[in-house]
Amino acid sequence: MNRLGTVREIRDAFRRGERSAVDVCTEALSCIAMRDPELHAFNTITGEQALARAAAIDSDRARWIDRPLAGVPVALKDNLCTRGVRTTASSRILEHFVPPFDATAVARLESAGAVIVGKTNCDEFAMGSSNENSAFGPARNPWAPDRIPGGSSGGSAVAVASGMTPLALGSDTGGSIRQPAALCGIVGLKPTYGRVSRYGLLAFASSLDQIGPLARTVEDVAIALTVIAGADPADATTAAEPVPDFSAGLSSHARGMRVGVPQTLVDQGVDGEVTAAYRAALDVLRDRGATLIDIDLPYAGAAIPVYYLIATAEASSNLARYDGVRYGFRDRGTDGDSTHRRDLDLKTMYARTRARGFGPEVKRRIMLGTYVLSAGYYDAYYLKAQQVRTLIRRDYERAFEQVEVVAMPTSPTPAFKIGERVSDPLQMYLADVFTVSANLAGLPAVSVPCGFTGNGLPIGLQLTGRTFEELTMLRIAHAYEQGK
Amino acid sequence: MPVGFSRSEVQAIAALANLELDESELDLFARQLGEVLDYATQVQNIDTTGVPPTASLGVRHEADRADLVQPSLDRDLALSNAPDASLEAGLFKVPRVIG
Repeated sequence: MNRLGTVREIRDAFRRGERSAVDVCTEALSCIAMRDPELHAFNTITGEQALARAAAIDSDRARWIDRPLAGVPVALKDNLCTRGVRTTASSRILEHFVPPFDATAVARLESAGAVIVGKTNCDEFAMGSSNENSAFGPARNPWAPDRIPGGSSGGSAVAVASGMTPLALGSDTGGSIRQPAALCGIVGLKPTYGRVSRYGLLAFASSLDQIGPLARTVEDVAIALTVIAGADPADATTAAEPVPDFSAGLSSHARGMRVGVPQTLVDQGVDGEVTAAYRAALDVLRDRGATLIDIDLPYAGAAIPVYYLIATAEASSNLARYDGVRYGFRDRGTDGDSTHRRDLDLKTMYARTRARGFGPEVKRRIMLGTYVLSAGYYDAYYLKAQQVRTLIRRDYERAFEQVEVVAMPTSPTPAFKIGERVSDPLQMYLADVFTVSANLAGLPAVSVPCGFTGNGLPIGLQLTGRTFEELTMLRIAHAYEQGK
Repeated sequence: MPVGFSRSEVQAIAALANLELDESELDLFARQLGEVLDYATQVQNIDTTGVPPTASLGVRHEADRADLVQPSLDRDLALSNAPDASLEAGLFKVPRVIG
């Protein structure tokens, strides 16, 4: 299953001349050909293009040999624009959209020597926690194919967990990298808001969205973050913070580190096996030299409603652009009876295009967002949610006066069965209880595998760090990973 | 207080959002939007007196950049994904809006 190896192993083997980029790419593509028909991690596989790119790297070894991702196959969530390669966001409305430019994060991966092998399945426009909202059918969990892989970056998590690629990019608006990473037994990192350029990411909720890596080890996500991070003139929300080598100085101990434990929050509604794995993970952190400190996050319990009010409001605005004019699907239907056929008027064309182009969850969120922004309800819902968002940020600011990271389970339950929650959106939203606060507060957070349930389903531990202190957070995550 | 939606209220929101909904969607969304908003009303019980709203997260930016003309997307490329466009005229085409 893991013949490809990790990002670090592939890169080092390329450097030593033991493996060519073409060999590695061929192996990745054959693994995709073998596993993807069952798991459906990919919307698009760029086979020939990937091989041509790998061959170009091999024929100019001197140029690529010192690059951090030389010859490493990478899968990209299908909401990241790739020049000349279809980018659908798993939506009918963008089924045939071919972007004329690359997202900055994609361009940076390629400059680092990565080989893009395909675009991964996800919930439509990244809205979902199970990948079931994909217009092209769900991706499946490699540990139990009758179960969801998590979402929205489900395909990216499946690609890495099943050994199809050692690295994938996802996007995380309320847990969409960390939750599928947890449910598929891999590492998923959401960087600080402003750390990675969002240029070329199809926008869902602009004050929450962030691009980040999924891989099998903490070191690999650290290597990838170093490549994609940094200010970008094309995204005014990127920060002018220095970008360290996040993979340097990872060690096997966490001495001197203080880990916050929000026990009251974690006690609510968490699966028994998840709680047990979480407690065991805290013991490992203590063994590695960390000090556990009880903390209180009194407003974090309200994070789910705050998140769904703010994210849907922003989504209703961001998705207004899909109207059948500049790109994407257009409903070409007609109006009137059989003797008086006429073309749809503009307004009806918009409404039909969107009705036929968007799936049910996207429509639901556009409706909710439109409502909470509408006259008469704005103050009661949207403004109120923004104020509680401030209180949640203050919760974390206070906690970070005492600790370097906060530890929580990533997801309150392991992967559930496909179809189990589709008819109950509210139940689905509750899966995000531990992940959304990091987005609301703009904090970096990482999910690391921390064991399995009795029937073999992966469980994740989430560490949330201080703003722009991914380095410290990743060091603690690495120490945990080495000690478990 | 429970939040209830009538079909005509759902219809009105859909019109604002430029979405044409069918009969079954009107019923479904009336129920589901009510359920989600019912749950969300818990934020209204939190005392936020004097708390400023967070609309966006401030980050430290680079200093202002020089205002220079830069190459941008080629016009034909910009039009290449349009469902209806005139490449010669360089225009996106929409259904007739005037008589």
